[in-house]
Amino acid sequence: MSASVDDIPEAGGQGRGGPASKRVVVGYGFWIFLLSDIIMFATLFASYAVLAGATAGGPRSQDLFRPGSVALETAFLLASSFVCGMATLAVERRNQRWTQAALLLTGLLGAGFLTLEIREFASLVERGAGPSRSAFLSAFFTLVGCHGLHVTAGLLWLGTMMAQFLAKGFRQNIRHRYLCFSLFWHTLDIIWVAIFNLVYLVGTTPYV
Amino acid sequence: MNRGEDRTPALGSVSPALEQRLQELWEGEGGLKGVLSTVDHKKIGLRYIVTAFVFLLLGGIEALIMRLQLAGPDLRLLGPEQYDQLFSTHGMTMIFLYAGPVLSGFSNYLWPLMLGTRDMAFPRVNALSYWIYLAAGIFVYVGFLGGNGPNDGWFNYVPYANRDYSPGMGEDFYALGMVLLGTSTTLGAANFIVTAMRTRAPGMSINRVPILLWGTLTANVANLLVVPAVSLAFFLLWMDRQFGTHFFDVRAGGQPLLWQHLFWIFGHPWVYAIVLPAMAFVSDGLPVFCRRPLVGYPLVALSTVATMILGFGVWVHHMFATGLPALGMSFFSAASIAIVVPSAVAVFSWLATIWHGRPVVTTAFMFFASTIILFVLGGVSGFMTASVPVDWQLTDTYFVVAHLHYVLIGINVFPVVGALYFWFPKMTGRLLDERLGRWNFWLMFIGFNVGFLPMHLTGLLGMPRRVYTYGPDMGWNTLNLVTSIGAFILAVGIVLLLVNVLKSRRGGAPAGANPWDAHTLEWSIPSPPPPYNFAVIPAVASRHPLWEGYLDEELRSSLDRGLLLDQAKESLGTSPLDALPDMILRMPEDTVAPFVLTIGLGVLFAGLIAKSWGLALVGGIVLTAALVVWLWPRRELREREAVRG
Ligand code: HEM
Ligand SMILES: [Cu+2]
Repeated sequence: MSASVDDIPEAGGQGRGGPASKRVVVGYGFWIFLLSDIIMFATLFASYAVLAGATAGGPRSQDLFRPGSVALETAFLLASSFVCGMATLAVERRNQRWTQAALLLTGLLGAGFLTLEIREFASLVERGAGPSRSAFLSAFFTLVGCHGLHVTAGLLWLGTMMAQFLAKGFRQNIRHRYLCFSLFWHTLDIIWVAIFNLVYLVGTTPYV
Repeated sequence: MNRGEDRTPALGSVSPALEQRLQELWEGEGGLKGVLSTVDHKKIGLRYIVTAFVFLLLGGIEALIMRLQLAGPDLRLLGPEQYDQLFSTHGMTMIFLYAGPVLSGFSNYLWPLMLGTRDMAFPRVNALSYWIYLAAGIFVYVGFLGGNGPNDGWFNYVPYANRDYSPGMGEDFYALGMVLLGTSTTLGAANFIVTAMRTRAPGMSINRVPILLWGTLTANVANLLVVPAVSLAFFLLWMDRQFGTHFFDVRAGGQPLLWQHLFWIFGHPWVYAIVLPAMAFVSDGLPVFCRRPLVGYPLVALSTVATMILGFGVWVHHMFATGLPALGMSFFSAASIAIVVPSAVAVFSWLATIWHGRPVVTTAFMFFASTIILFVLGGVSGFMTASVPVDWQLTDTYFVVAHLHYVLIGINVFPVVGALYFWFPKMTGRLLDERLGRWNFWLMFIGFNVGFLPMHLTGLLGMPRRVYTYGPDMGWNTLNLVTSIGAFILAVGIVLLLVNVLKSRRGGAPAGANPWDAHTLEWSIPSPPPPYNFAVIPAVASRHPLWEGYLDEELRSSLDRGLLLDQAKESLGTSPLDALPDMILRMPEDTVAPFVLTIGLGVLFAGLIAKSWGLALVGGIVLTAALVVWLWPRRELREREAVRG
């Protein structure tokens, strides 16, 4: 017996179902890379959990966080993620106008989120509760700030995606990239939900 | 004619015309541009290996200076501060800049050849990992040579590493350098994982892969899970030092123990990450010289994975001593107890392979076989420190230094040198000189044991580690002198290796495709391999495609006839477990983007260390620009042809 290639029926069969996609491989790799990002956040969460009570006589989370403004931030980001989903549909339909509109809205909502976050940070610093006040605040600013930096990077990426669609249309490799972007954006959303719960909700629950 | 990625690839046979066509498609540019823009895994792999060896030499020189200082009592070649910087930099260099990257280098070079594919899954990311690794190495060495080396040991415990106790910039260089290196390692890990899962030649199902795939894959899954933690820890440390945060600062509620946890979550699995692929060299190389397949392949593969899984659970053992007077439990001691069972599997399988084989004693064989001996010795001393009362006696003595060098030199350096003797002919087309090889081996083996065996005794006699000198009446004089002599003999051995490499690179005996009559795919193609590796994608029918004749296998692999993929720079994607053909992968052209991106990153980090925000901003802009260029869609083949007419 020899030449087992000829015995593998699949060897030639992949052309049938339309474009075989490298998407699976690119997406696979990016997903794995995202995993490492998630682990970094997990480490930040762990550090925050360890240090959350370490206020060094300074303000506690109950004194600082304002659930109202944070709820608005959350709404922005969730909406942004939702619109990003709409954009994915538009990309699948190859609809340039809807794609651009949806991506623009995704970006605006993201920018709104960032603005609120920066205002929150500024007001904390103003009240003397900056990152060097206590270990608790160091951990808080680093965790939430790291997420904010990710959102900023995401916005830049979003801009280049819009430019690519505009300049080159809905080519396969651009769509693969877009898939990676949307994975990234939704992941940031999930991480934010964790921050919202573990930092803000837990942090503003009065002790019983 | 359909030339896109959605076509059905044709079957065909190897022919000169085909090779010519592929050569044109795959050959990179020459000159400086070619050097900076290549994405060929073979070139990148060799660069990794060469760079890692340079760091081995630097770390070795540091070690020799330390051994000169310790050769006799009360010597004053170095002051205490200099000694601190030397052992910390030596440890950091060996662990981070040599031991890990050298293995990445071999796997980078060998994987696509062993797996029957044309490159790694993400060649540009691969180039990026290398450049960032190089940048990280240069970064920390700029610090060290400018008098700003780390000086708190390679695991860099706070509070020593806090600004109060280490006011210089040494810790900042170390911390930021490790963040850079972590980026490189993480990118590399993702690349290895996807390559392992998606690019193996058709038919190379998961139970037919070389052990090196298991070793490196396991190591990189571990890296992916733990390196981000330690990068973050180093980043937090840097913020503590420079921006007044308080993660590790007790006065404002910080937790020094947090550092230890974050460090050892990483540190323990890392030990395995720097020995498992090296053990895999032995598992793949030894059988070739024993003229029979590895005994117990499935057990060895499984034990590789099992070791790593065990490795995750047990980081806290490094901190047994934290409640006790001596901070800083030994690196490797109790680690060895968890590793005992799975490593015993490997040792037994190697011994059985030798026993049931007809060994051909080459230099490579001697290095592989000596790994077994050193492994057992290192294991025994590890086992001893694993019992707690003994450990209390030995923690922070030279016993630990001896043990960790048995593990690291025995299970990393020796198999790596063996691997070099084994695969050098593939890389260069020339054999290394065997006569020089014997000298090389015996000097290294004797020098190593003369140097490090007596260290166990020095430790039992109570000599603490990390001291820059000692008094004449402690009873340590002779032992230390012997150790220093051994260290120098070992060093001469390593110099002989270099001589051999330089001499044989051009003048060695021509190797031909398969000088050892070995059995895996990389030996089925010319040495050195052409840029496209395989003219046709082979189809694999067993674990040892080139030995099927000897072993009378029923199924035969097909090496000369296979999928063609000659329409563009393409390779084949296959399914994760069974490696059934799945899709055509378009491989990227050479590009300088990874290099430019690294320059941007380097400038950014230089700005951070100098606290020059303008510089950091410039770096950030260069980095972003490189990313945009990188990600900007290249023209597709069809488009290009349309343009051409
Ligand atoms: C020529 C070969 C080598 C010699 C002579 C040597 C010698 C030494 C010496 C004298 C120390 C300092 C001991 C002390 O004062 O506590 C040391 C520490 C160390 N060495 Fe080596 N070494 C060699 C090779 C290696 C290699 C190949 C590795 C790793 C792959 C390695 C890893 C380490 C580590 C991790 C430490 C501990 C650093 C610390 O305490 O933070 N060494 N070595
Ligand atoms: Cu350990």
